[in-house]
Amino acid sequence: MSDLEQFRQDTRAWLEENCPLSMREPIRGFEDMYNGGRNPEIDHPDQVIWCERMAERGWTVPHWPREYGGGGLSSEEVKVLQQEMKRIGARRALDSFGISMLGPALLEFGNEEQKKEHLPKICRGEIRWCQGYSEPNAGSDLASLATKAEDKGDHYVINGQKVWTSYADKADWIFCLVRTDNSGTKHEGISFVLFDMDQPGVTVKPIRLISGSSPFCETFFDNAIADKRNLVGEEGNGWSIAKYLLTHEREMISGFGSAPPKTVGQMAVETMGADTSGRLSNSVLRQTIAQYQLDTMAFGATMARVGDEAKAGQGLGPASSIFKYYGTELNKRRNELNLAVLGEPALGWEGEAYSDGRVSRDWLRSKGNSIEGGTSEVQLNIVAKRVLGLPDA
Amino acid sequence: MALVLNEEQNMLKDAAAGFLAEKATVAHQRALRDSGDAQGFDSAVWQEMAQMGWAGIAIDEEFGGLGYGYTGLGLVLEQMGRHLSASPLQSTVLIGATVIAQLATQAQKEQWLPSIAAGEQLVSLALQEGAHHAPWDVTLSAQKSGDTYLLNGSKRMVLDCSSASAFIVVARTAGATGDEAGLSAFIVAADTPGLVCEQRSLVDSRNVGVITLTDVAVDAQHLLGSEGEASQGLGRALDIANIGLSAELLGLSVEAFTRTVDYLKERKQFGRVIGSFQGLQHRAAELFAELELCRSLVLQSLQAIDSAADDLPMRASATKAKLCQIAQITTNEAIQMHGGIGMTDEHEIGFFIKRARVAQHTLGDYNYHLDRYALLGGF
Repeated sequence: MSDLEQFRQDTRAWLEENCPLSMREPIRGFEDMYNGGRNPEIDHPDQVIWCERMAERGWTVPHWPREYGGGGLSSEEVKVLQQEMKRIGARRALDSFGISMLGPALLEFGNEEQKKEHLPKICRGEIRWCQGYSEPNAGSDLASLATKAEDKGDHYVINGQKVWTSYADKADWIFCLVRTDNSGTKHEGISFVLFDMDQPGVTVKPIRLISGSSPFCETFFDNAIADKRNLVGEEGNGWSIAKYLLTHEREMISGFGSAPPKTVGQMAVETMGADTSGRLSNSVLRQTIAQYQLDTMAFGATMARVGDEAKAGQGLGPASSIFKYYGTELNKRRNELNLAVLGEPALGWEGEAYSDGRVSRDWLRSKGNSIEGGTSEVQLNIVAKRVLGLPDA
Repeated sequence: MALVLNEEQNMLKDAAAGFLAEKATVAHQRALRDSGDAQGFDSAVWQEMAQMGWAGIAIDEEFGGLGYGYTGLGLVLEQMGRHLSASPLQSTVLIGATVIAQLATQAQKEQWLPSIAAGEQLVSLALQEGAHHAPWDVTLSAQKSGDTYLLNGSKRMVLDCSSASAFIVVARTAGATGDEAGLSAFIVAADTPGLVCEQRSLVDSRNVGVITLTDVAVDAQHLLGSEGEASQGLGRALDIANIGLSAELLGLSVEAFTRTVDYLKERKQFGRVIGSFQGLQHRAAELFAELELCRSLVLQSLQAIDSAADDLPMRASATKAKLCQIAQITTNEAIQMHGGIGMTDEHEIGFFIKRARVAQHTLGDYNYHLDRYALLGGF
């Protein structure tokens, strides 16, 4: 038996033994995700047990090195673990910005002391992190941020305001972009610092949405203190870390870009969960997605066929007359599915966590596709008359 | 591989279209139906097809076939769909020979494939037991004693049931209903004692039936491949067969659509041809677009069989699901747009909807394949 096969058997046995039955239910929404922290929101006591058991093996973040609390697994082993978890419908034990955002940045830019200090607590779900990026006057133009960090020898004193800080009211620590120097261009003089939110200089005010929920906050710093040991990378080099993280974040969201690494169906399973057979938990949406993917595949084949026919000297066949109509209608369907699959985050209009409404703005923009350059109705008229030879009214 | 036909394929397609337009049209199909012909196809026409090599079109030259691959077979199937030509091409060439090619030992292939390629034998797959295609839901049992297996159970949707000289019977040698493992395939001669074939009459009036096996003794040498390990080869054969059926559905849908558009240009109401109404024009144009997509998908999938693409299972289900969906819409629209005349038996358009539904059902319909497509796609 290969090592990998042995690993699969061991993993299967361990999961069977250790994954509480309640943690084998599909995730229904954000409230089912466990985010850890000093004052964790616990929806079910088994969430804590499951997280502790997984963290003990480093499997809350299986691909991170063991020395920092991860599982030290190879990519093949991570895949096996995911397959085996999927097999029994096991939920991820821990979801957090620490895992998805700060961790990768620390592994790339942090020093050894910072990795040893912060990564294991992320893996164990002890500390919950939030991201301090956007400011009232620095949204899409993030680099014009003004929150000021003053050098006081062994620490910084921070003054200013962040906005659209996701879950700042629930987070313990913040990774924050601050301005340490005003003399150069706006991209220079930005630094990436970490500090505890539980101090007198930090005030958090949740922003109430029309839906009534408050995933975002305004975060105020009034002489907040950040220890210099928690400056990540060089002073003034924070922008390159921010860019690295933004790419990371966009990759996470971009399941919904033009060339997604994952299909809509796979994204839907990640956000909405699957049953034990691996089927998306909502069967109605599942059919809509499957039909969309099927049509996308067939449309792709048609574009390839028309291209090959043209190359073979057969000219542009009648199939090319459907491209505009079918392509734009497909794009609209895709954008509606983004909304259906992502739910609330897809309806976001502004704010870092929403990538300033990239999904919702793309969705609205797509409505124009079947209007500009000839409406779908005109395209159908053309096919009916020029290709099918049906007469004018 | 470019998504265009090569010269050899174009010639084959034209030859098939010409032959079928003369020998196996909807009118011929009607005559067979009205005469109560139990076989459901014309033996003389089938022999001519075999002489043209169609029976061995996708069979390797090593076993007496033409070696044109499944793209070639698909082109002929598409033309058969256009004319609603009935023949054993589906039961024996597309399905039977493919299952043998996927599962059999070299000696078994030498025994069966050349005679199939020559049009001498019809070999039909006996798989489905319930009301729906569910390939692992097999309860028909095969119990080994010495050098023979005793088969007990029954199968339905057995194509060309009353004409087949042998059946490939999928039986359970281990495990429980629904298990992928533990399935074995046997070639059983139609005249084996204990095997009873009962013809059924389906809406497309083709040859199909139920076979019942009661203590049928089959020599172990007629086990295809290894005991209990049929599912992988069978699965691949089913993928191929579903792409072939999709080719037939493509031809059928395109023809039903073409006839419908012609009718829209001819039928007058309110003082003008109904094809001038935008409500009908847009529905026709949408169907045209869908049929272009279907054509691309079928050709790409046929080529994927011949190039041994590794995504065949997902691709096969995608193709069959799409063709089932569009064949259904097209034939429904064909009846609706023909109006009252489309409801009469006298008009030929009704033959298309009848054949479409049986071909859709065969080896799994839209619902089965869309579900499988999604599952294979990770959701």
